[in-house]
Amino acid sequence: MAMAIKLSLLFLVFSCSLISTLSLFEDQVGFMDWHQRYIGKVKHAVFHTQKAGRKRVVVSTEENVIASLDLRRGEIFWRHVLGSNDVIDKIDIALGKYVITLSSEGSILRAWNLPDGQMVWESFLSGSKSSKALLTIPANLKLDLDSPIFVYGGTCLYAISSIDGEILWKKDFIDEGIDVHQLILPEGSNVIHAVGVSDPSEFNTYEIDVKNGGVLKHSTESFPGGIFGNILPVSSDKYVALDATRSMLTLISTTDGELNLEQTHVSDVINELSSNPIILPSKLSGIFSLTTDTFIAFIKATHESKFELMEKVDKRVVVSDAVTLSEGEQAFALVQHGDSKIHLSVRLVHDMSSNHLKETVKMDHERGFVHKIFINNYVRTDRSHGFRALIVMEDHSLLLLQQGEIVWSRDDGLASVVDVTTAELPVEKIGVSVAKVEDSLFEWLKGHMLKLKGTLMLATPDEIATIQKTRLQSSGKSKMTRDHNGFRKLLIVLTKSGKLFALHSGDGHIVWSALLESLRQSHQCPNPKSLKLHPWQTPLDTNPSVLVIGRCGLPLSSPSTLSVVDAYTGKEAVHAGPTHSTVQAVPLPFTDSREQQLYLLIDDEKRAHLYPRSSEALEIFERESRNVYWYDVETEAGILRGFGVETRCDVDEYCFYSRTLWSVVFPTESEKIIATVSRKGNEVVHTQAKVSADEDVKYKYISKNLVFVATVSPKASGPIGSATPDEAVMVVHLLDTVTGRILHRMTHLGSQGPVHAVLSENWVVYHYFNLRAHRYEMSVIEIYDESRAENKDVLKLIVGKHNLTTPVSSYSRPEVSTKSQSYFFTHSVKAISVTSTAKGITSKHLLIATIGDQVLAIDKRFVDPRRSLNPTQAEKEEGLLPLTDTLPIIPQSYVTHAFKVEGIRGIETIPAKLESTTLVFAYGVDLFYTRLAPSRTYDSLTEDFNYALLLLTMVALVVAIFVTWVLSERKDLQEKWR
Amino acid sequence: MQTLAMKLTIVLLLFNFALLISSSSAFQSDELIVDDEQFDFGERPSHDVVSSSSPSISSSHSPPNSIRKTSAEPDSDSRVQFALEHAFGDSEDFSVAGTFTARLKSHGGKRTLTKIRFSRNDLSTIEKEKFKKLLEDDDFYRIRVPSNVLNPPGKAYVISSVKARCLPNDGLDEHFIIHMEGVHILAVNYGSQRACQHNRPLKIPSKWTFNSHTVLKYSEYAPRTPIFSEHIVGGDMGEEEGVKPLERSFLAKYWMYFMPLLVVIMNVFNQSVNMVEEQAAEPLQPHVRAIHHGQTASVRRR
Repeated sequence: MAMAIKLSLLFLVFSCSLISTLSLFEDQVGFMDWHQRYIGKVKHAVFHTQKAGRKRVVVSTEENVIASLDLRRGEIFWRHVLGSNDVIDKIDIALGKYVITLSSEGSILRAWNLPDGQMVWESFLSGSKSSKALLTIPANLKLDLDSPIFVYGGTCLYAISSIDGEILWKKDFIDEGIDVHQLILPEGSNVIHAVGVSDPSEFNTYEIDVKNGGVLKHSTESFPGGIFGNILPVSSDKYVALDATRSMLTLISTTDGELNLEQTHVSDVINELSSNPIILPSKLSGIFSLTTDTFIAFIKATHESKFELMEKVDKRVVVSDAVTLSEGEQAFALVQHGDSKIHLSVRLVHDMSSNHLKETVKMDHERGFVHKIFINNYVRTDRSHGFRALIVMEDHSLLLLQQGEIVWSRDDGLASVVDVTTAELPVEKIGVSVAKVEDSLFEWLKGHMLKLKGTLMLATPDEIATIQKTRLQSSGKSKMTRDHNGFRKLLIVLTKSGKLFALHSGDGHIVWSALLESLRQSHQCPNPKSLKLHPWQTPLDTNPSVLVIGRCGLPLSSPSTLSVVDAYTGKEAVHAGPTHSTVQAVPLPFTDSREQQLYLLIDDEKRAHLYPRSSEALEIFERESRNVYWYDVETEAGILRGFGVETRCDVDEYCFYSRTLWSVVFPTESEKIIATVSRKGNEVVHTQAKVSADEDVKYKYISKNLVFVATVSPKASGPIGSATPDEAVMVVHLLDTVTGRILHRMTHLGSQGPVHAVLSENWVVYHYFNLRAHRYEMSVIEIYDESRAENKDVLKLIVGKHNLTTPVSSYSRPEVSTKSQSYFFTHSVKAISVTSTAKGITSKHLLIATIGDQVLAIDKRFVDPRRSLNPTQAEKEEGLLPLTDTLPIIPQSYVTHAFKVEGIRGIETIPAKLESTTLVFAYGVDLFYTRLAPSRTYDSLTEDFNYALLLLTMVALVVAIFVTWVLSERKDLQEKWR
Repeated sequence: MQTLAMKLTIVLLLFNFALLISSSSAFQSDELIVDDEQFDFGERPSHDVVSSSSPSISSSHSPPNSIRKTSAEPDSDSRVQFALEHAFGDSEDFSVAGTFTARLKSHGGKRTLTKIRFSRNDLSTIEKEKFKKLLEDDDFYRIRVPSNVLNPPGKAYVISSVKARCLPNDGLDEHFIIHMEGVHILAVNYGSQRACQHNRPLKIPSKWTFNSHTVLKYSEYAPRTPIFSEHIVGGDMGEEEGVKPLERSFLAKYWMYFMPLLVVIMNVFNQSVNMVEEQAAEPLQPHVRAIHHGQTASVRRR
């Protein structure tokens, strides 16, 4: 018997020693994660449809993405994210095989191979000062076997070889003091026209030899009063401009090098008085469009240098550039928004009177108005001209229209996620059986038999593929009901366009989307901006809802708008505003009888506005108002202030004055705030005590009111390398936000930002650059409560002489001790987050958005300040790792595995109901979602657990029991007969 | 038996002794420990402590916002003064409540304050009344100091506040921790020395004098990452640090199926062992065997 026990113990030890990592297996990819690729709002599009083969459109976007899209299906062929500090100015196609991009205010020119997106060459154009960026690619211009590209940027005009990016010649306009508005190369000509204005309101044209950049002719004409906006070319020798007062239209024509200016009153041209005329940048040959507050006018510039009004259309009409159909025939598109449909009409430039083509397309009103249109023509089967239109909508989505239908659409608003929150799915209704997922018992059995075959490595490749497919389908992960483990959730994301999306966490499909009324452009709110998303109400019986806060305009003092949106349907239940400004939204830890969370919105005059505006909420708030505190950070001034509620405002009963309770003033000459991080409001901490190896107990200092502030010396606030190590000093602070006490303050000499930090439980981990070591570093500070340290005495605990049950007050003098340590870290970091679980028992992983746009998980144990060079046996048993100076980067711990979350901006972690599991949502230009189990799924069987095998084993065992029973009976009988 | 009793008593005695020691170790010294945080950081002392108790008569006070320097030379020690101002409750009018005096040391172009002293003015009758009202309302007692001690108030005042009910003890206890950066005051941690009970019972102090403690605190330096020799960095990283990526073998995945099998095997094993034991035990009971044989014999006979 003893032997048996030993054996089983041995077996147990053996099985326990088999630990595995966080990483996935190849066949688990796509099983609990999804990845979506976006490009952002399209700024400019160039079609490439001439040659046979794959038809494509090359686009540049506001997220600084350049992408080649399949014109048939809208899929991305290739894509490059240039990053937020490399704004794309212009794109075009050269030689029919290179995509040319001009970016960073005309200082970087790149050529990308059209079929595969490989970069062919790159040229840096060092201009003297910033100016407009212009790009002209002549269609058929040859210069000694070379086709030049003309670029204007940084006040210089360049001719650049399109084959290798070599600068052929350069002409600087800085001495002339000219701001060039247009570069025009007439067809078949060897002279490039540069049109611009110089400071004392002079109009200039230069004729420049394309071969060597020499100025052939320069003519100027004074232009009284200067101009407003840009000069627009109407034809090869005519330009129009508005004067500075916006009341005169000027037609500039060049005849034999002579400049002629012809001025006409705007009101004379459009036959009525109107305000705020603007010349639209649409290039239509011979005519131009002028927009006013009420309409758009198409105006023709006649040969006699006169203006002739062609037509007036509604202001909301969007006009495209003109496309050349055939010799001398050009067409452009107009798109007009109707009631839940849009009207697309194509007109010929020479014949404005009738529509060449008119189509009506049904349009989901959640996409809003059309913002931009790009058209492309093709030859139909009957040899007539057909048109396809690429339209960009108000919600930043991109659609291709052809033959009166939407061929494809892309929800590219999701490339600019501003904020994320989650909502639980509805509970499964009685009558809808879970078993519905499984088709029939036979199918179920067949599936499991296949799985069994797979495990026993008997399956053919085809069968393996089927297994994988059924696995993806049958898990029911995209069901619209709550699951037992809390894996299925609604991810509600707010985008820059003011559209709210609900994504299903199972496969990332859009459950609903809503363009919020409160965040749409209107008279009261001309420049709406999405700000924050907060859970509003989570009642048990009805649908939960979320609160969306927006602001009209950029300054903090501009009025804000509020919406409450149903999280299941996307209906905007309430929308208020524009009301008071909102600088900060403070979620209060109170809910009313309807499970509605209370919020304080702080305006720019430091008044607090209570929401929801109900008497019950007011009652709750007034009861607790003495214990409500908040703080704000004035980054520019370097001051942190803490506030409490004072008295009610005179006008509004839901408004309260605040009073300053504390302030922390950083000296301007030595400290500049670069990062402030606080704890996540919904974080759960399992235990306050931390037992170390030598059976010593430390009590974590756990306070919701902790804030981490990092400051650097002003000289070191620039980019890395702008300050010497002696000048760069970084100071980190841990503050209590109720009393303004500095709990810990520590100086890092020779270090500078950017600082990325995460604060959780009693620790903060921050990432910065160490100038002395020329490396990035990550430091950790753990803060412990010493006032409870005496509670280690067991005898005291038994007698009851402990203070563990006394409530903690911020006004007591905190007795804290800290431990800290620094480690080198190879990567630079874009964001840091930490896993969060339902009860906070599971160990934590840091989630780091690396510079390579991936998410890396690092066990918190690696950034433990207690790590020592030679840990004792006890410490080793506790799991303390020996000290190293660098944090390891384990390739398997990239949670994004093969994917890249391009332009990653944030990582959100959401606890699942299952304690071991946390849900991770990373967003940037792309979206990525996965499920992590930092300490492995110790509380459930894995997804690939083979129940059939278990059943089979049980059956086999039962059979074995019977067989052995029969055998033993028989043996017994034989014994007896012996 | 006696020795056992002896041993027991000795053990008990030892236990009592241990208890005594433990209780004596729990003895709280009444020595003033101003701040029990680390003393071991940096070249410069992390803080400098002087406590002064009031009342001290402020007749000799110069106007509070002016600085008085006893020495004109910039590189030697000089004295600075700055005022503490206070306000009661919601009121925004701060009035002078006392004066901090400190030595301004400068070495290597850096100026720091040391040896801070604080003398508080006596509370006037009106102020006492106001304070009493604060106690009754459980409202805030607010203080402020200039953010720059050399040219007050500097950028802004550094404000701190505490619920008035936290302060009264026998008199009024107060404790300042002034966080400094050169001659700038960053923040003041203000409160009483003792813990402040959550529900804050109303307690009127028996005497209206402040018992003040002041601590100056400078930033401490972050512990440096130790420099490692090459071989440690290069050698053990992969194996020791990285959690080994293990392929889940067949056995690792399905070990649970083997458990019952093992149990069955063990059972069989046990049974056979038992049988051997049984057989070994058999000769001891010959009559049982005889009966057994008898039975089989009778069966056979039939």
